[in-house]
Amino acid sequence: MKRSGAQTQTPHHGGQNALLLLEDGTAITGAGFGAHGRRLGELCFNTAHSGYQEILTDPSYADQIITFTFPQIGNTGVNPEDLESRGVFARGVVTRLPPPQPSNWRARQNFNDWLREHDTPAIANIDTRTLTRRIRDRGSPRAMLVHQPEGLADINIDEALEELRAWNGLKGADLAADVSCREAYDWSEKLWRSDSAAVKSPDRHIVAVDFGVKRNILRHLADLGARVTVVPAAADAEQILAREPDGLFLSNGPGDPAATGRYAEQTLRRIMSESPALPIFGICLGHQILGRALGIDTYKMPFGHHGANHPVLEHASGQVAITSQNHNFCLQTENKMPDGVFASHASLFDGSNEGLAVRDRPVFSVQFHPEASPGPHDAHNLFARFLGAVRRRNQND
Amino acid sequence: MPKRTDIETILVLGAGPIVIGQACEFDYSGVQACRTLKEEGYRVVLINSNPATVMTDPELADATYIEPLTAEIAERVIAREKPDALLPTMGGQTALNLAMRLHRDGHLERRGVELIGARADAIARAEDRELFRQAMSEIGIRSSPARIASGLEEAMAALDEVGLPVILRPSFTLGGRGGGVAYNREEFPAAFQRAREASPIGTVLVEKSVIGWKEYELEVIRDIRDNCIIVCSIENIDPMGIHTGDSVTVAPAMTLTDKEYQQMRDAAIACLRRIGVETGGSNVQFAVNPRDGEMLIIEMNPRVSRSSALASKATGFPIARVATRLAVGYTLDEIRNEVSGTGPASFEPALDWVVVKTPRFDFEKFHGAEALLTSSMKSVGEAMSVGGTFPEALQKAYASLEIGLRGLESPGLPGGGSRQHFEPTRFLGWPVPGRLLFAAEALRRGIRPETITRHSGFDPWHVARLEEIVRAEGEIASEGLPEDAARLRRWKHLGFTDARLAALAGRSEDEVRARRHALGLHPSYRRIDTSAGEFPSETPYLYSAWDAAPLPGADEAEVSDRRKVMILGGGPNRIGQGIEFDYCCVHAVQALRALGIEAIMVNCNPETVSTDYDTADRLYFEPLTAEHVLEIARRESSRGELLGALAQFGGQTPLRIARALEAAGLPVLGTSAEVIDIAEDRDRFHALLKSLNLRQPEGGVARATEEAVREARRVGYPVLLRPSYVLGGRAMRRVENEDELVSWIDSAVEVSGEHPVLIDSYIADAIEVDVDALCDGRRAWVAGAMEHVEEAGVHSGDSASSFPHDSLESSVIDEIHEQSRRIGEALGVVGLFNVQFACRGDEIYVLEVNPRASRTVPFLTKALGLPLARYATRLILGETLDDLGLPARVLPPFHAVKEAIFPFDRFEGADAMLGPEMRSTGEVMGIDRDFASAFWKAQLALGLPLPGGGGAFISVNHADRAEATELAREFASLGFSLLATSGTAGHFESCGLEVEVVPKVYEGRRPHVMDRMLSGDVALVLNTPSGRRARGDSDSIRSLACARGIPCFTTLRAGRALVRAMRAAKTAPLEVCSLQDYFSDGEPAGEKD
Repeated sequence: MKRSGAQTQTPHHGGQNALLLLEDGTAITGAGFGAHGRRLGELCFNTAHSGYQEILTDPSYADQIITFTFPQIGNTGVNPEDLESRGVFARGVVTRLPPPQPSNWRARQNFNDWLREHDTPAIANIDTRTLTRRIRDRGSPRAMLVHQPEGLADINIDEALEELRAWNGLKGADLAADVSCREAYDWSEKLWRSDSAAVKSPDRHIVAVDFGVKRNILRHLADLGARVTVVPAAADAEQILAREPDGLFLSNGPGDPAATGRYAEQTLRRIMSESPALPIFGICLGHQILGRALGIDTYKMPFGHHGANHPVLEHASGQVAITSQNHNFCLQTENKMPDGVFASHASLFDGSNEGLAVRDRPVFSVQFHPEASPGPHDAHNLFARFLGAVRRRNQND
Repeated sequence: MPKRTDIETILVLGAGPIVIGQACEFDYSGVQACRTLKEEGYRVVLINSNPATVMTDPELADATYIEPLTAEIAERVIAREKPDALLPTMGGQTALNLAMRLHRDGHLERRGVELIGARADAIARAEDRELFRQAMSEIGIRSSPARIASGLEEAMAALDEVGLPVILRPSFTLGGRGGGVAYNREEFPAAFQRAREASPIGTVLVEKSVIGWKEYELEVIRDIRDNCIIVCSIENIDPMGIHTGDSVTVAPAMTLTDKEYQQMRDAAIACLRRIGVETGGSNVQFAVNPRDGEMLIIEMNPRVSRSSALASKATGFPIARVATRLAVGYTLDEIRNEVSGTGPASFEPALDWVVVKTPRFDFEKFHGAEALLTSSMKSVGEAMSVGGTFPEALQKAYASLEIGLRGLESPGLPGGGSRQHFEPTRFLGWPVPGRLLFAAEALRRGIRPETITRHSGFDPWHVARLEEIVRAEGEIASEGLPEDAARLRRWKHLGFTDARLAALAGRSEDEVRARRHALGLHPSYRRIDTSAGEFPSETPYLYSAWDAAPLPGADEAEVSDRRKVMILGGGPNRIGQGIEFDYCCVHAVQALRALGIEAIMVNCNPETVSTDYDTADRLYFEPLTAEHVLEIARRESSRGELLGALAQFGGQTPLRIARALEAAGLPVLGTSAEVIDIAEDRDRFHALLKSLNLRQPEGGVARATEEAVREARRVGYPVLLRPSYVLGGRAMRRVENEDELVSWIDSAVEVSGEHPVLIDSYIADAIEVDVDALCDGRRAWVAGAMEHVEEAGVHSGDSASSFPHDSLESSVIDEIHEQSRRIGEALGVVGLFNVQFACRGDEIYVLEVNPRASRTVPFLTKALGLPLARYATRLILGETLDDLGLPARVLPPFHAVKEAIFPFDRFEGADAMLGPEMRSTGEVMGIDRDFASAFWKAQLALGLPLPGGGGAFISVNHADRAEATELAREFASLGFSLLATSGTAGHFESCGLEVEVVPKVYEGRRPHVMDRMLSGDVALVLNTPSGRRARGDSDSIRSLACARGIPCFTTLRAGRALVRAMRAAKTAPLEVCSLQDYFSDGEPAGEKD
C-alpha cells in the first residue's frame, strides 16, 4: 500500500487483504470476506441486533457501505425467506468479526458465500464502535471498500482517494431509478410465519410505485387482502391511473428525494389532483416524495437513522412505536407547513419528522418502516389503516 | 401522563433474606425504587427483614421497618403508616406473595391501599400456572402440553396424558424451588410430592419436558398507555431443563434471525397485555425447538427479577427505576434515558458489546447432595462479564467467577488428557455444573463438535466459539508467548487473560504482563451507553475490550483530573461472601463522594447496588483480577491523582489480589498487605497474641499429613481443621479422631493449593462473640460485640447472634472490648477489623482476626445507626477516630437478633447439622425491646412461625441430656407433648417427664420418627450432634424437617432461645417500629461508659 502524507492506521496483523478508505484519508485495513473488488459508497452504521440479511437486501441501501455495530454478524446464515428484494443493494459490509459458520434451522447458506454470490465485498476485524462514533460525530463519509485476496500492496492510496473524492455521494443522486423494477409486475406472496395461518383472498387493488421497494411491504399489503401491482419509479400518472388502483402506495428507496422528486413529484401531484379521493400511503423515500409534492423541503441528515430501536411518537394517540429506520434524508417540517398538511409523527431521538398526513383526505406517509423486516412490528397497523381507507373509499363510491 | 398526585405514601416491600433464587438483585431494584419514589416526592415506607441491604439504610425511606415480611407484621405497618399504595414488584417473589396474601385477606381493600405496578388479577394470572396457560392459549401462544394437579392420582393421570419426561413446576414458588424433572414413572411420585409441598397453594404443573430446546428470555416494559419495549433479549447457552439462574447466558440473543426474534417479541408483548401488566417490567421465557423453530412460552414474572437486574446491567437501562416511575403514572416517553442523557426511555437499547453471565455454585458445601442441575435453581451467585465479542466475554466471565479459573480452561478431570477417558455421555449428557467447560474440554480431546451438540444440547454456534478458543490455546501452547504485538493482541482479542496466556505459554503472569506492556498493549475502555455508540453517553459505565485493531480514539474512559480512589468489590456472591460486602462497598463509595474524592467502583456482580450506574462516580464492570484492576489503575492515573485502591470492603476477593497490586505499584489504602499477612499467617499471628498476653486455642500448622497427625495429637481431639486464606469457613471441619483426620486432610490441602492447613483445639461448651471495630492505625474503637446463640463451633455466619449480648457477664464483654482494641492497635489496622472470640466462663480465647469489613458490619450499622464502613473509609483517607467524634461505647435503642437462613431444601440429601463450615445464604434481623421478642421476630423473618403446640421431638447426645431435660420441661409447660428416641426418653422419664418413645428409623419398628414427621405429629425438632458415625439417622430427620418447614434446632442454646421466644409470644403481641422512630432523638441511645 503506497501513500504520501498521513500514515495508514492499524496495519497490524497478517492476512490484511481488505481496506476501508474514508474521504478524509483515513485508511483502515482488515480481513476481507465476501466478494473481491473495489466499491464506493457512503459509509453508514446500523445498530440492529438481527436482520443483516434483510438490511443488505433493502434497496434503500444502494450506494451505501454498512457498518454493523452488532459484533456477531452472520450467525444465522442466509435463507430464502429473509430477502427484501432480488439481491444485495448495499455496496459493502464492515464488521467487527469474520463471519462464522451459521447455526439456525432455516439457514441454507453461509454469509460469506452469499455475499460472494451477490458480488458484495466485506471487511472484518474492524473497530466498528470507534468507526461508528466517528460517523456519529463527523457525519457519514464517502468511503471505498477494497477486498483483494492477493493483498493490498498494489494499492495507491492517493489515487484511490482521488477516485473516492471524485464521486458525488448520495446528495443529488436519483438512485431510485437504478434500483426500481423495469417492468410492472404482480405481487401475491404473503408474510412469513413459522406456522401457517389463514389469510384473506385479495379484494382490492393497490398500485405500488417501486422506488426500491422492500418485499415485506408488498407482503403486508397482500396479507391484508390486496392485489398488488408494482410499477417502476418512472411510471407516469396516466400509466398508474390506467391500472385503476383502489389505493396508491409509494415505496421506500435510496438516494436523494430531491433528485428522484424531479419526476416523481410531478406524477404524484397529477394523481392527487385527478383522483383526489384516492388513498395514498408512503414509506421512507415515498414519504419524502409525498412531502415534496405537497411543498415541503428535504435535507440531508449528518448520519441518518439506521437501526431497529427508534422510538416514534404519534401525536394524535400519544403512542410510541419502536420502529425500524433507514434514511439519510428528512422532511423539513419545522417551518410553516402547507395548508391542510400536518406532521403526524416525530422521532423521540432527535425530534425529526417521522410522518405526514393531509387533513380530510386519505393521504398519509411515514418516514420509518412499519413493514419492519428487520425490526419491531409495532407500526404494522399502518397497513391496516391504509387498507381501511381503501375499503371505506370503495364503500363511499 | 404526569405522575399521580392522588397518592402520597407508598409502601415498598423488600425481598427479605438472601436465598437461592432471590439475592441482592432485589436490593438493587429496591434501592432504585425507593430513590425514585423519594425523588418524585412521595413518602416511602419500607419493610424488609434483611439488614444487609442498602435499601434499609434509613435515608432511603421515610419509615424503614426492619421487620419480618409476614402478613401480620405488614398489617401492623399499614395500620401505623396508612400508605395509599403498595408497590409489590421490587421485592421478588416474597413481596409479590405477601402482597397477594394481603389482597386476598382483604386488608388492602379495608385499609384503602392500592396495588401499583401490578394489579392482583394480573399477578394471579401470571403466577397461577393454569390461568396463565389458558390466557396464553386464548391469544394463540402455545405452551408445552401440561396439566395441573394437586393430588397424586390426578398427577399420574396428567403424566399419562403428557408423557415422559416431565417437568414439575409448583405454583407460586421462587427460583423454581421444589420443581424437578422426572425421567421415568418410578421417580415421578416422589418428585411430584416434593413439588406439591413447595407450592404454597399445593398445586403443581405436570408439563411435557422440552429438555434440550433452546431457551430465551425477554425483558419487557409496558406503560399505562400500552407502550411496550424490550430492554434486552437473553439467550441461555444451557438448553431447556436447567433453571435459567443456573444457566450460562448471553445477551443479546445470538442465534435467532430477525423474523424469529420479532415473533418472540410480539408474543412477549401480547403476553403482558393479556396478563394485564399495566405498568412495569416483566420477564417472559420461551423455548424454541432447534430443529424447526417451534416456539413455546414457558412462563412470565410480572415483576422485576434476577434477569431484569442482569438486563439492566447488560444494557445500562435501569429497569427498576423506570418501572417505578411507570407505576406512579408516567409513560415511557416522559422518562429520560438517564444513562445516555439523550432521549427518552421509550426505546430499545442497542448493544455493540456482548454480555455473558455465569452461575456460581457451592455444591461442595452440601455433602451428600448430588451436583446435578434441574429446573430448581441451585446456584448461589453469578458473575457478569462484558466484552467486545462473545469469546472475549465468555473468557472474562470464567475469570470473574473466582473458582480458580483464568478463562475458559479445563475444569480438571480425572484420567489425564486423553480422549479415551472422556465419556461424552457422562460429562455432557448430564446437566452438571460447568458443563460448558466440559464441552471445551471435549474439544481439546478431539471430540467432534457435532457429538458435543448431540449430547449436551448446546447450539452448534456456541460450540464453534469454544472451538475458536480451544484452537488458539493449541497455537499459544506450541508457539509460546508472542514476540510481536499483532500476535499477542490477537490472543487478547480472543479474551485470553495474562494469567491464562502465562499458563498456556509456560511463563509467569508477570512475564506476560511485562511483554504486553513492552509492546504497548492495553485494552480500550468503552461505555455501556444503551445505544451501540449512536449517541454520546454522559455516564462513565465502562468495560474493557480488546479490539483486533483499535482505531485512534477507541478509548472512551475520559479520565477526570480529580483526586480519586478505586473500590474493589466482592465479585460473585457465594456462601460466606454476599450482600454484606457489597453493602460495605456502597458505603465506602458514599463516604468517598462525601469527601469530594472521585469514587471508582470495580466489580463484576450484576446483582449488586455497587454496580448501579449512579452509585459511584465511575463504574468499571470488570473481573477482580490483578490484571484487570491494574489496567484500570493505569488508565485512571493518566490524569488526576489516583490515591490507591480500597481492598477491605469486598470480602476476601480484593485481599486475594492485594499483594499483587502493591507489588505492581498500586497502593492498597488502609490496612496494609503486611498486616493482612500477619492476621492470616498462623505463626505471626500467634506471636502477636503472645506478645499481647492474649489467649488462643491450642493449635498448630501442618503442610503434610504426618505433621497434621502430630499436631492434632499435641492439641488434643476434637480439633478444628481449616485451610488458611479462606472465607466462610470453606472446607473447615471439626474432626473427632485420627481416622477422620487422615481420611480428610489430603482433600483439604488440595482445596487450598499451596497454603497450609490450620489445626485448632475445639473449645467445647464455649460461647462465641463477634466484634467489629474501627482503628485509625493508632487507636481502636469497638463498635459492638455480638454474642452467638449457638455454641462455639458453629460458623459465625451460620449462628444466630444477639446484640447487645444476652447471657455473658458485662465484665466479659468489657474484657472482649479491651482485647479487641489492643489487637487492632497492635496490628496497626487502618479501617475496619473483626475479631472472633470464644468464651468459657472467664476464659476468653481469640479465635481469629479479619483485618477487613466483616459480614456483621451491616447488622451493627443498622443496630447502632452508625455507618461503620463510611467511618472506616474516612479513617483510611487520613482522618483519626478523634475527628469522627464517636462516643466511647454505643448500644442500640433496642435488642437485635441476627438469624441465618439455609438452602438445605434445595440440596436433597445434604445434612442440615450446623458446623464450622458456613452454609447459610443470608440473614435476617429481628428487632424488639428484648432478646426473646427479637429472636421471635428473627424466626418469623426466616419464615418459621413459632409452633404454638403439638409434638416436640427431642433427640440429644449423651452429654446434653441433663440440660435437654430442663428444656423438655419447658416445652411441656408451654403445651407441647414430648416425643423422644429411646435413650433420651428414658432419661426424661427418670426425671418425671411424660414422654412418648418414638423408634429410630433403623430400629425397624413403625411408625418411626420420619413417619411421625410426615404425619404432621411433630411441630419442632431439637436434635444435637452425636459422634460422626451415629449421625446417619439424624441427618435424615433434619433434612426432612427442612423440607417440611418444621423448625429444627441443632444446639441446646438455640432451643433455649426458642423457649424464651415462645414465652414472650404468649404474653404480648408483636409491635412494630421504624428505624427512624427508634433513632428519633438523633443520637444512638444507651451510652454506657
